[in-house]
Amino acid sequence: MSRIEFKDVRHAYPPPPGQAPVYALKEVSQVWEDGGAYALLGPSGCGKTTLLNIISGLLTPSEGSILFDHQEVTQLPTAGRHIAQVFQFPVVYDTMTVFDNLAFPLRNRGMPEARIRERVTEIADMLDLSERLQQRASGLTADGKQKISLGRGLVREDVNAILFDEPLTVIDPHLKWQLRSKLKELHQQIGVTMIYVTHDQVEALTFADQVIVMHDGGVVQVGSPVELFSRPKHTFVGYFIGSPGMNVLPCRLENGQPVFGNNPLSSDYPADTDLSGKLEIGIRPEFVRFGDDGIPVEIQKVEDLGRFQVVTVKHESEQIKMLVAEDQAIPPESPMIQFDPANLHIYRDDWVVEAKGA
Amino acid sequence: MAIELRQVSLRVGAETHIYETDLSLEPGQFNILLGTTLSGKTSLMRLMAGLEKPTRGELWVNGENVTGIPVQKRSVAMVYQAFINYPSFSVYDNIASPLKVAGLPRQEINEKVRRFADLLKLTPMLDRLPSELSGGQQQRTALARALVKGAELVLLDEPLANLDYKLREELRDELPRMFADTGATVVYATSEPLEALMLGGYTATLDEGRVVQFGKTSTIYRHPESLASARVFSDPPVNIASIEKRGETAYLSDAVSWSVPPRLAEMPDGAYKIGLRPHHLLPVGEGVEVDGEVQIAEISGSESIIRVIIEGNNWVSEAHGIHGYEFGESASFFFDSNRCLYFDANEMLIETQV
Repeated sequence: MSRIEFKDVRHAYPPPPGQAPVYALKEVSQVWEDGGAYALLGPSGCGKTTLLNIISGLLTPSEGSILFDHQEVTQLPTAGRHIAQVFQFPVVYDTMTVFDNLAFPLRNRGMPEARIRERVTEIADMLDLSERLQQRASGLTADGKQKISLGRGLVREDVNAILFDEPLTVIDPHLKWQLRSKLKELHQQIGVTMIYVTHDQVEALTFADQVIVMHDGGVVQVGSPVELFSRPKHTFVGYFIGSPGMNVLPCRLENGQPVFGNNPLSSDYPADTDLSGKLEIGIRPEFVRFGDDGIPVEIQKVEDLGRFQVVTVKHESEQIKMLVAEDQAIPPESPMIQFDPANLHIYRDDWVVEAKGA
Repeated sequence: MAIELRQVSLRVGAETHIYETDLSLEPGQFNILLGTTLSGKTSLMRLMAGLEKPTRGELWVNGENVTGIPVQKRSVAMVYQAFINYPSFSVYDNIASPLKVAGLPRQEINEKVRRFADLLKLTPMLDRLPSELSGGQQQRTALARALVKGAELVLLDEPLANLDYKLREELRDELPRMFADTGATVVYATSEPLEALMLGGYTATLDEGRVVQFGKTSTIYRHPESLASARVFSDPPVNIASIEKRGETAYLSDAVSWSVPPRLAEMPDGAYKIGLRPHHLLPVGEGVEVDGEVQIAEISGSESIIRVIIEGNNWVSEAHGIHGYEFGESASFFFDSNRCLYFDANEMLIETQV
């Protein structure tokens, strides 16, 4: 197990002749502490798989260095890095039993058979595979096979980290949920560094202690699920995390204070705050509510999502989404809405403006 | 297109893929088939499309028996999970291809392609090849090709499953609107309860080759007729427990009891089951209090999902805010007994709400 560090890592795939390189991964400096549960979250094409491949050594970055426990490993091939990987689609040997599948990485490394038996039994127990150890892997369902893949990642005790690349893609939603909890439980038991790559915010936020949000080849924010939800540093984080995402609305400055519609927004900014450039406010649908006064809106759509309702309202030309409790009545016609000032953020050119005391 | 399955079943070899099913879809309606993998969603769609001939029963379209009429002779379009486009055709030619096959005049083809490209936000990409598009744009191209034909029945088999989370969210929002304008009858298969709720319309819950319930989506969610239907339509899974009813009281255990609704009080004493949605079991609040042993808590920024063992049942609580627990920690949970769904010995809902 070890601490993984990226120092000024950048990567460009070879450009077509005569063209300048385009960085699939812009400068990343990042530390993954030993034993942490991390997620790399972002849409396809954001650079997260490139980053993962650089950690595992499948890819050597164009610039920068990688350190495992302060030792440079940038040029070290995959085999020397002791990284276990679990991929999107289960990789199992169909003709082998579940036991032999799990034992495979250990036998490859010449571990004594008695110790292998102990270790495989232990891991199978954690994954609820004990009953099936003598079954052939080919007879298992997709989630059963993916459990074997997970088990093979977990079975080695000498790994520096386990990397998961969208491991639950082929799993049915109700089983996805079980496997996700299982993985989290395993992390708590084993304590090895885990890095989980996904485009699914639910998977990222529920699994990880620290989520690294990527956008357009760069890291836009690193934080706990709570931080990403309550204080998105970039409008992309606000949009990408949360369902529906944060409302991002244009605002203007009047007497030095941000105003949306005709409503001054109570936020306390230091006098010398730079509020030039594109100004927007960000407010999550969770923090918009109906009130007796506030911003006049028209109701456009009410969606019943069971646990809550998503109400889409319009103020002038701006659409605003709000979350309303399951049983709450929706006011007729033209109600007023209010933004919770404690959860209102101002963005300047897409980056959050720090208010006083923040 | 009005489409009706009359006592349709499908057997393949010794296996029954679809048990006897009656289902009637109105023209222009947005319908969802909700069920897990292998519940029969795809089989049912293939039967509707005419790609599969029913072993028994009949398929009626607009009041006409079309059982056995091949798919080519019917106004049907189908989109699969894995999007299929012609790799060497531009987006424009991909969308235009069914119209060219139909021999439409060039002017009309051009108008239609541009209208649907506009609807699906593909106008700036018309000259590109599919390989130069993102996954979402490729799937939108496949959708545009299905729509441009003006098929009266459009079958979508988990069309968003391969897409990014946020893109899925956007398309779920747009899809019903897109189809509302075309007047087509849509059948949309998904394994995700939340997706069904977002899409709205009508939902058929499927379980092991049977349609267990069909009706307005929000009605099916709130009034599942059976435990099977409730299970299909809940993610995380609906909390289930056996209770003992004696007189006007339900006992989850000797220590945990509450008053049952009048309708249930009138019924014979004995064993019943309850279903309780995870968001109705809360770590704080009032109502019936139960002791639990927490297995794991997952925190997603705005809410917590807590797996907990209560009276020997594996239950889940889904609550607003941040609730952290240690593994194995004892904690109290609460629920409002009015939120309970009650099921009889055959796992059928006992209607308790007036």
